[in-house]
Parts: sequence; C-alpha cells; structure tokens
Amino acid sequence: MDDVQTDTAAPAPASTRNTDRLLEMYRQMVLCRTLDERVWMLNRQGKAAIVASAQGHEAAQIGSVHALRVGQDHFYIYYRDLAVLVALGLTPREIMLGFTAKAGEPLAGARQFPTHGASPRHRMVNLSNVVGTQIPQAVGSALASKMRGEDTVTIVYFGDGASSVGDCHEAMNYAAVHKLPVIFLCENNGYAISVPLDLQMAVDSVAGRAEGYGMPGVVVDGADITAVYEATTEAANRARSGGGPTIVETMVERYLPHTSDDDDSRYRLREDIEKAREQDPVRMLQEQLLADGLLSEEDDERIRDDAKREVNEATDSIEAAPYPTTEDFFKHVYADGVQP
Amino acid sequence: MREEMRRDDRVFIMGEDIGARGGVFLATDGFVEEFGPERVIDTPLAESSIAGIALGAAMNGMRPIAEIEFADFIWPTINQIVGEAARVRYGTAGQLSVPLVLRAPQGGGVRGGLYHSQSAEAFFGHTPGLKVVTPATPYDAKGLLKSAIRDDDPTVFLEHKRTYRLVRGDVPDDEYTVPIGVADVKLQGDDLTVITYGLMLHHCIEAAQILEGEGVSVEVVDLRTIRPLDEETILASAKKTGKVLVVHEDTKLLGVGGEVAAIVAEHAFEYLDGPVMRLAGPEVPPMPFSPTLEAVFLLDTDRIAEAMRTLAAY
Repeated sequence: MDDVQTDTAAPAPASTRNTDRLLEMYRQMVLCRTLDERVWMLNRQGKAAIVASAQGHEAAQIGSVHALRVGQDHFYIYYRDLAVLVALGLTPREIMLGFTAKAGEPLAGARQFPTHGASPRHRMVNLSNVVGTQIPQAVGSALASKMRGEDTVTIVYFGDGASSVGDCHEAMNYAAVHKLPVIFLCENNGYAISVPLDLQMAVDSVAGRAEGYGMPGVVVDGADITAVYEATTEAANRARSGGGPTIVETMVERYLPHTSDDDDSRYRLREDIEKAREQDPVRMLQEQLLADGLLSEEDDERIRDDAKREVNEATDSIEAAPYPTTEDFFKHVYADGVQP
Repeated sequence: MREEMRRDDRVFIMGEDIGARGGVFLATDGFVEEFGPERVIDTPLAESSIAGIALGAAMNGMRPIAEIEFADFIWPTINQIVGEAARVRYGTAGQLSVPLVLRAPQGGGVRGGLYHSQSAEAFFGHTPGLKVVTPATPYDAKGLLKSAIRDDDPTVFLEHKRTYRLVRGDVPDDEYTVPIGVADVKLQGDDLTVITYGLMLHHCIEAAQILEGEGVSVEVVDLRTIRPLDEETILASAKKTGKVLVVHEDTKLLGVGGEVAAIVAEHAFEYLDGPVMRLAGPEVPPMPFSPTLEAVFLLDTDRIAEAMRTLAAY
C-alpha cells in the first residue's frame, strides 16, 4: 500500500514514510478540530451564519485523502467534509473566509454556504446542499478519466442520509456496470439530521449493498485512521488497475448537531454523545502516537500551539476582511457573460 | 452530432437505446459502429443519473450529449440540470464550466398520449444558467446543435418529434453553425407579427400563406432559442407591424407566450395597434390519446389562421 503515494524525491524507507504520514495526519486532525471549534464559536457570536461540523468524522476524511493523490485524483465532497479540505491543503484563512462569507473566498466567491464551490487546483467539487446529487457527478468524473485513459481516481463522500437518495443507487449501478475508477466513501454517523439509521434502512450497512451492484464493499471503523487509510488505499488500487468501484463505509460519530441551526437534544440522548466521544479519533491517534514513541509530549504541544496560532491569525485576518463588493453580482451566469 | 464527434474527441453521447438501436428516432443510427460503445453509451433506464453523470463528465473536461429518449421522461433530470448544472458556473465563481447538451424529442401530434407528448421548454426556460433551444427546421437543427455542443454552458435542446417526419428541408453537408439566442424572421410581412417556434412554425407559415391570399401580410418570427430570448428581433418585428400574436403548442399559463407578450408590452407599447395575443395549448395535461381528443389539444393551421384574421381586423 505504501507505493501508491507519489513521492517525487527518493523514496524513504517504508517505516519512516508511515511515521511521517501518521504525524502529518495527526497535525491535520488537530488543525481541523481547532478550526471546527473556532467556526462554531464564530457562529455563536453571530459572525458565521451556518456551520456544519466535522467533529467525530476527522479520521475518515483525513485518512481517505492520504490514500489518494492530491492534485491528480478528484474529490467530490459534501457539507460535513471540513477535514477533507484541510487535508487537501486549503488554509484555515481560505476556509474561514467561507464561514464568514467575506471577499476573496476562494471556492465560490462567497456565493455559497461554507466549504461549497470548487477548487480546481485540488480537483475538489462541493457543489450542492441537495444530498446525493454529487454521487452521479463523481461517477461522470470517473467516466471522463477512464475515457481519456488516465490513471486517475474519483472519490465521492456522502453521509448515510444520502445513501437513501435514488441518485446514489443509479450512480453505484452505473459505476459497477462500467467498472469506473470511483470510490464511494460513506460517512455513516447514524443520523440523517434527526432520523436514525433504523428508520433509513432495513439492513445493517450501506457497504452491504455493494454485492447487489457487483462491486466490493467494506465497513471500517471511521475513528481508526489507519484502517480508513488502508481500506481507501485498497479501493484506490482496485480503481487504478481497472477493477472498478468500491464502497468504503466508515462508521463515525457526529458529536454536534447536524448544523448550528439544529437542536439535537430533541432526538439524541446526552449519554449517547458522551459515549461516542470516548472514541474520539483525534485523541485515539494522539494516544497511539505517544504510546508508540512516535510523538513526544513537547511535539504534541507544539502541534497544538501551531494549530491555535494559525487559527487565531486566520480569525483576525477574516474578521478584518470586507464583505464582497457587489459589482460582480451578475458575473459567471454564462461563459460569455450574457444576461438574458 | 456525427460531424462534431469527428471534430472533437471530447464529445460523446449517452442515453437509452442510442447504441445498437440507433435511438428510437434513429438519430444515432450508425454511430456506435463509427465511434464505438465508449463514445456512444447505452445507459440503464435512469434519467437522473444520465444527466448527473454527463454533468460530472462535463466538469471533468468532456463535452457530453445526454439524450433523454422522450421529453416526458426529462423530469427526473430537473434536479441535476436545474438544481445543479445551471448553477455550477455561478456557484464556483466561474471556476468550473458545464459544456453539456441535454437532448430530447418533445411535443405532440403523434398519438403519444399523456406521456409521449409533453413540452419542456417553459420549465427549463425559467432557469438562469441554462440555455434552451427549440429548432424547427432541419437546417437550424444542425446549426444550433453544433453551437450547443461547442457552447461552454449547459444547453437543453428540445426537438419536436413530429418535425422528424413532417418537415423536410435542405441541410448542407458543409460546416456551418446557427448562433444560440438569435431568432430568425422566416417570413417577411407588414400587417402583423406571429412569434412562434418548434412544430408550430410550420403551421404558422401555412396560415400566413393563406392570409397572404386574403390580402394580409404576416411576418413570422421563429424564436429558435427560448433562453436567451432574442428581444431585439421580437421588438423590431413588433414595432414594424404593430400587432403581435404568439403561438405555441405548450400550454398557455406562465408559458413562453406570456414572456414574449410582456417584453412587447414593456418595450414596444407605443407601437402597438392592438392587444398582444396568445394562441397556445389548453390548460389540460398534454395530450389525450384518442385522435379526437388530441385534435382538440393541438393547434392547427386553420385555428392559427383564424387568430391571425382576428388580430388583423382589430
């Protein structure tokens, strides 16, 4: 699995590369959690209109990104994928410009909800709030890559809620028929906003449907970043070698309400969330790295301080930033700028 | 389509029965033999994903033509076309384009009943970010389709299925395009203007020829494109004749005719010598199956000629 990373420098020994990767994943998880907590705070201060949190999903998102080639593979994500953006390399400032809808927001010119729009240099698309629509689009992206004979994978992220949408079925079926290089990465947190899993499906898992489509499906612990990395790597290798699509279902927990506009106390017990937090993916990786001697207490503190500083600097910067001016309001409806 | 597929290997077609079958109207007859199943893709019966997959391919550098077998089956694509494709450019601040053509045969008069007779232009025409094309002649169909395929924005291309067999016209083998968003004055006249598109163009021309014999000179404007609407040509003709009749097969309420009438009323009011009139489909679901019932729905040359006489006499 190690050789799927495209290192341009001379390859380091596998063990060193694994350690470096784990530490980088950990750094990104800490940064994402710090950022996530900050934008939630900005929401409560009235400075961010809406926040959908990735807390509890970080290992699934960051572990899967590391199994792919940033800049070459395509990422179709959804609204809870803050950690995907961090792992792709968007800066806290770029991301926070989205949460505060300020000028210079790079994904959508502040026309869309936070994290939405596109980043062509990262080959990232997060178009819609209509759940499931990105799944056939990702399959189309994979079709285009295959038609051109490219060695490129498309990964599409979606929640358990989106797995009920007809587009999800149509897309999976098509991808399997044509053996397209796509990975269906389900972040199953057990809730479609408030509706629990047993009211969404009569089966145990989304990945279990894979057999019905004629593709492999695998369920992994979404708090275990190494398990996610390995499962996604295997799916990516299959896709690149012409073996077609895979469903990778990551079982995760959502620590916070659906969004900042939701009240989860109406449908979820506090004890359930407290229990879920015992498997916090950030703390699990921290404890593993410390126990294995791959991370010192000092280095850990430095990583956390760096994250806090970076997010603080970004906060100051975006709070000072202006809202977009309105002269571009009509721009980009059509390529030629026509206003019919 | 064949010429564009030869010209640009990013162009491909996907849809139901377009491969070995060659399309239910044989529009892609021989295509799979020439271009192979990789570029002429027979899809499962799943319209939403036909549109969604084509959209994803378009965002990833291809120029897909997604074919919906009949416009009556186009409604599942509304989410992917109206909800998604139309707002990709705006919603990414111009970073992504959707060079996608959604092609579908539409319209009635072929004993299609409730589910093989519908018109879709008004639904899609309401959407900023989309272009909607409704060719009426073989010449325009080729030229407009080439423009749509080369266009960097999503285009809904609605061909009237009755024109496939009813209308014959010269189509040059030469390379040419017809611009999207430009109406065409198909018949010059002085006394009144008829604005129409699709199958109804041919009935309007016939009716205009009848009126010519009665001493009334009718100008017939073929919109060709529903969005963007060619306001310039509409208004020029309205100002020239002072009387405007809009004719379309689709139902009247909140349809294209209302929009054209409003444009004329807003911008050419002082030129008018009579009310802007609309002759359009009745307010029942298009179209009943039995021939006597279908005939009530579908406008014909006689009814159009009668409306022309009424307006001319105003």
